[in-house]
Amino acid sequence: MRVRAFAKRNIKELFRDPLTLFFGLGFPLVMLVLMNVIQRNVPVHIYELEILAPGIALFGLTFLALFSGLLLARDRTSAFLARLAASPMTASDFLLGYLLPLLPMAVGQSVICLAAAVALGLPVSWNLLAVVASLVPSALLFIALGLLFGALFNDKQVGGMCGAILTNVTAWLAGIWFDLSLVGGTFQKIAYALPFVHGADGAKAALAGDWAALPEHLLWVTAWAAVTFTAAALLFRKKLVER
Amino acid sequence: MVDRLELSIPAGELFALLGVNGAGKSTTIKMLSCLTIPTEGDAELMGHSVRTQSHRAKEILAVSPQETAIAPGLTVAENLELMAGIYGRPKKRVGEVIDQLGLNQWAKAWAKTLSGGWQRRLSIAMALVSQPEVLFLDEPTLGLDVLARRELWGVIRGLKGHTAIILTTHYLEEAESLADRIGVMTSGRLRAVGTAAELKDLAGRDNFEDAFVVLAGEEAAS
Repeated sequence: MRVRAFAKRNIKELFRDPLTLFFGLGFPLVMLVLMNVIQRNVPVHIYELEILAPGIALFGLTFLALFSGLLLARDRTSAFLARLAASPMTASDFLLGYLLPLLPMAVGQSVICLAAAVALGLPVSWNLLAVVASLVPSALLFIALGLLFGALFNDKQVGGMCGAILTNVTAWLAGIWFDLSLVGGTFQKIAYALPFVHGADGAKAALAGDWAALPEHLLWVTAWAAVTFTAAALLFRKKLVER
Repeated sequence: MVDRLELSIPAGELFALLGVNGAGKSTTIKMLSCLTIPTEGDAELMGHSVRTQSHRAKEILAVSPQETAIAPGLTVAENLELMAGIYGRPKKRVGEVIDQLGLNQWAKAWAKTLSGGWQRRLSIAMALVSQPEVLFLDEPTLGLDVLARRELWGVIRGLKGHTAIILTTHYLEEAESLADRIGVMTSGRLRAVGTAAELKDLAGRDNFEDAFVVLAGEEAAS
């Protein structure tokens, strides 16, 4: 009941913010169309729809960190959270209340991105559903990152970290805009130690039907998501009751 | 810091905590509303310990924090529905509180579009939805103009007698006008407790402001 009431509020706050709709849906679509136009004029393997669409779908999910982070940071800095912290709501109620509205939004984002890719010429197949499913751990990761930043920083700082730094780091290290093997070396090793490229590669593997490659990527992202979510939960619980 | 605070407030009383900046009023409210765990000692809200039974205590208390704590992207009614949902109260309770606090004309307005006075009123309404047995009002009229403050006094007076209300304020006339009893805090300690008349007698002054200066000043000087 408490989670439902709080999640309902968060859905309303999210969908009434035009920035959410622009960055969550519009911006990734603009990038998809732009890269597709470039690909048509100057063919580049990495911008082919089979490679580009799963990567852009992952890139769109980075904005979930911005949404969850801003929501938590604004609540925390505006005393709204203090009011709710004095209510019977537990730390788990809060975290689920922030998380649950964003998961269907993540699925919706992925579906819309892939539907746009289909409209641009991506062949329709059942594997598209597998792509959406393979992106769920990445969605959890970005939501958890947002909650972690939101528990630590104010809304302006979260805006900078999640809206600018995280989106760029993801774009560079996920191999969306360029092939990581072209850089190679330490850069590539760091990228593969982090979860972002695994999120993109997992989605590409799902689209290609490369089921053997999928589990390793999913496991990597899931492990990072679990660690990040645990850190966010511990930090949030600590912040909820000052000692 | 709050040190050796001993106090009992019966149901239905409006108790005001007065003190200068840093006296410990807000810290006291935070401890009593389970937002801060006391390093030593305990307090009971209607028999529920804030240390060991905070979940039970939270079911019967409500706070209207110093800063206006509302969800800006929701309407007035939606803010109240949120609180009703969290405390498991029926939806009809929202309508009752809207009537009680005269929020009818703003029920469908975005909370962020309300004036400061109406936002404070909504903030108090959100605390009342759960029908709390203990209500904390932390500086409820801070920053409001005289008219808005007087209007809110009327609202707070209307709550008296049903709930134990603990009000913190900087405004001496607010405490004198609204409270059944007043506690004067300085440097984390409760310096004196009594009705406004009793505190004036204790300080040997005819007006309440002078009495407060004597009571708060003595402690600060000691």
